[in-house]
Amino acid sequence: MSEIIKIKKGLSIKLQGEADRTISSLDSTKYALKPTDFIGVFPKLNVKEGDTVKAGSPVFFDKYRDNIQFTSPVSGTITEIKRGAKRVLLEIRIEADGANDFVDFGATNPANLDREAIVEKLLKSGLWSTIRQRPYSVIADPAQSPKSIFISAFDNGPLAADYDFILHGKGEEFQAGLDALAKLTNGKIHLNLHKHDTQTKVFHLAKNVQINKFDGKYPSCLIGTQIAAIDPINKGDLVWTVNIQDVLTIGNLFLKGQYLPEKLFAVGGSEVLKPRYYRAKVGVTVQDIVSNNVTEGNLRYISGNPLTGTKIESNGYIGFYDNQLSVIPEGDYSQFVGWITPNLDKFSFYRSMFSWLMPKKAFRLDTNLNGGVRAFVMTGQFEKVFPFDIYPMQLIKAVMGQDIDAMENLGIYEVAAEDFALIEFISTSKIDVQSIVAEGLEFLRKEMS
Amino acid sequence: MKALRNYIDKIKPNVEKGGKFHYMLSTFEAFESFLFVPKTVTKKGSHIRDAIDLKRTMFMVVVALIPALLFGMWNVGYQHSLSTGVEATLISNFFYGFWLVVPIIIVSYVVGLGTEFIFAQMRGHEVNEGYLVSGFLIPLIVPVTTPLWMVALATIFAVIIGKEVFGGTGMNIMNPALIARAFLFFAYPSQMSGDKVWIADKADAFSGATPLGELMTATDKVNLPSVADAFFGFIPGSVGETSTFAILIGAVILLWTGIASWRVMFSVFIGGFAMGWIFNQFGANAYMNDVPAYFHLILGGFAFGAVFMATDPVTAAQTNTGKYIYGFLIGVMAVLIRVFNPAYPEGMMLAILLLNVFAPTIDYYIVQSNINRRLKRAKKVAA
Repeated sequence: MSEIIKIKKGLSIKLQGEADRTISSLDSTKYALKPTDFIGVFPKLNVKEGDTVKAGSPVFFDKYRDNIQFTSPVSGTITEIKRGAKRVLLEIRIEADGANDFVDFGATNPANLDREAIVEKLLKSGLWSTIRQRPYSVIADPAQSPKSIFISAFDNGPLAADYDFILHGKGEEFQAGLDALAKLTNGKIHLNLHKHDTQTKVFHLAKNVQINKFDGKYPSCLIGTQIAAIDPINKGDLVWTVNIQDVLTIGNLFLKGQYLPEKLFAVGGSEVLKPRYYRAKVGVTVQDIVSNNVTEGNLRYISGNPLTGTKIESNGYIGFYDNQLSVIPEGDYSQFVGWITPNLDKFSFYRSMFSWLMPKKAFRLDTNLNGGVRAFVMTGQFEKVFPFDIYPMQLIKAVMGQDIDAMENLGIYEVAAEDFALIEFISTSKIDVQSIVAEGLEFLRKEMS
Repeated sequence: MKALRNYIDKIKPNVEKGGKFHYMLSTFEAFESFLFVPKTVTKKGSHIRDAIDLKRTMFMVVVALIPALLFGMWNVGYQHSLSTGVEATLISNFFYGFWLVVPIIIVSYVVGLGTEFIFAQMRGHEVNEGYLVSGFLIPLIVPVTTPLWMVALATIFAVIIGKEVFGGTGMNIMNPALIARAFLFFAYPSQMSGDKVWIADKADAFSGATPLGELMTATDKVNLPSVADAFFGFIPGSVGETSTFAILIGAVILLWTGIASWRVMFSVFIGGFAMGWIFNQFGANAYMNDVPAYFHLILGGFAFGAVFMATDPVTAAQTNTGKYIYGFLIGVMAVLIRVFNPAYPEGMMLAILLLNVFAPTIDYYIVQSNINRRLKRAKKVAA
């Protein structure tokens, strides 16, 4: 068996309202594709309002790489194309008709196909968009071949979905997906398990992959951490990554010839009355999940987890790459001399607060910034939660200064915005580090292309 | 608290953009955020945030300084009683010092914060909490007899030249409190050194030199205080620096909360001890011969500098490896200056300021080694 890779740095944040292991099926009629989910994609529509689509019909494509298509998760009608400021495409809303018409892509065993045929099938079905590359976290280029493909088989972020539970009994689809992906690279597929938490045979018996076992707190589940520990990215390297549930969808494409983007979503957070899993298709509205299932008050709905997710409305849609919906209270209150009060109900990485006395406690955290934005003052703290051989503050400053040489030298290619989520969380200066890194990566990508 | 909140909400429109007193916004915000943690919610990135903020961090440093302050107040009274030969109780000694030190604290805060507010106002920034600590440090590192106008002048100099010209807290190169100290030291040397300034209202017959001052002038026979006196701080000196014991209580708080870097703190002590030990081996003069290495650590401002000054995160080295080098060199330089420089009995202030200047250079080489490692890795793969 492979050796265990111990990630020593990090922080596990325990929040109230983890999803129970029960599944509700959700037959919602409202879906949406959100072009803003896809970094660097310039959307061009294939459809207009009123058009009917099948599951797998193209809805829009990338202007600069027109073979990369985005397809409808369901059969139905395009009800609304929502644009924002400067006519930016925000949502393409689709009303499902329940007919389950689908585009037939043809069932074939991926083992019998060559790389070209697999790439084409993925492009046609829209599933290519599930394959993302490092650096930059953008959708991979089908003409290139990565040095390896990384798949994380666990998530230990706050309120995370349990992949063991989700993939239970889905060995066949999973293996088919892996077999297809294996043809895309000359290198290995790294399937990364957790030493204790990963139990299911689906992962342990997976073939055509190299199994690595990780041990440690969040962010050991993040692809960035795993790549850095196993096979760090150098300038010019390409590593691809696919989310675990998307591997299933890819598997289904080859087994059944259909685009069947059905996922299990973990719905949790302190404000959800019955936190549990929902079975639904990608892009589903959260409206049906949260109606009568959340507490009163001003709430924050997050597609994804509270560290890295995206804010959505209570009638919004779950993001394309997310498999989690978190609902937490908004923190729009001002607290009298809050900087000196003990704040026993708040969580902190630091011993200046008291949450370290309660390691088992699950917290009900809100969205209050807990302070004002300041310049970087403290040092040596970011390093404690950042499991890379990178100087985080120096890199952040290089990004802020848009100094390309310094960014490259300090390891920008190895990271994505989500790798800085914990740094952002523990920052005394309350600086929005993730968006700084994301903008820096976009800046770099445009400069380098 | 509701009434207070309502009152603040009522006057807030006046200072906001377009309001009658809009030029007072920074000042208003400083007071508002002092009273109430703002209701700002996360907009980008992580939706939840740690409960820590800069105010609490700085407040913890102030808490860590309190033992040194309280002891310092008492010691001011104690040294005075000692010099006059009058018996005094613990309480009366304390209050004698209390009434002398509190005005210095008030001047330091009022003048320093006033300057900060003016600058924040001019720039339209929020007022930063950095001065909460600097303002507390300045009274602790000056002799108790320093005239208040000098404290005010030094504070203004420190805030403007030491901090604001660089862009405010977080951007400064040298420790502002030490800049204030250095300003006084070079501008008014007679008020900052010698044997007359350390004890308030000293009787003339009594020698009031600090042990380090005596050491500097000693020719053959060195007159050291007992280890206990030096460690617990029953000796003359700047207000907060004498008691290594009280300082170590603060050190425990800072290290336990993780606010100060243990790397810096310990390597300063190790550096000082190592240099002292080397001098002991040479023994070229009385100073080298008769002062055991550990004495350097408990005399003068060494402990105070190591615990509260060298560890200032803004002006120290920022990389973990750099912190060891930075701290060690401070210790070495402080002892070096003490023993070799004929003009300055104490070397801690200058050692820290010197290494403040060199900290970015140390970091540069540490970060460069990380960069080289990355380049080497890339080459190995390419080969």
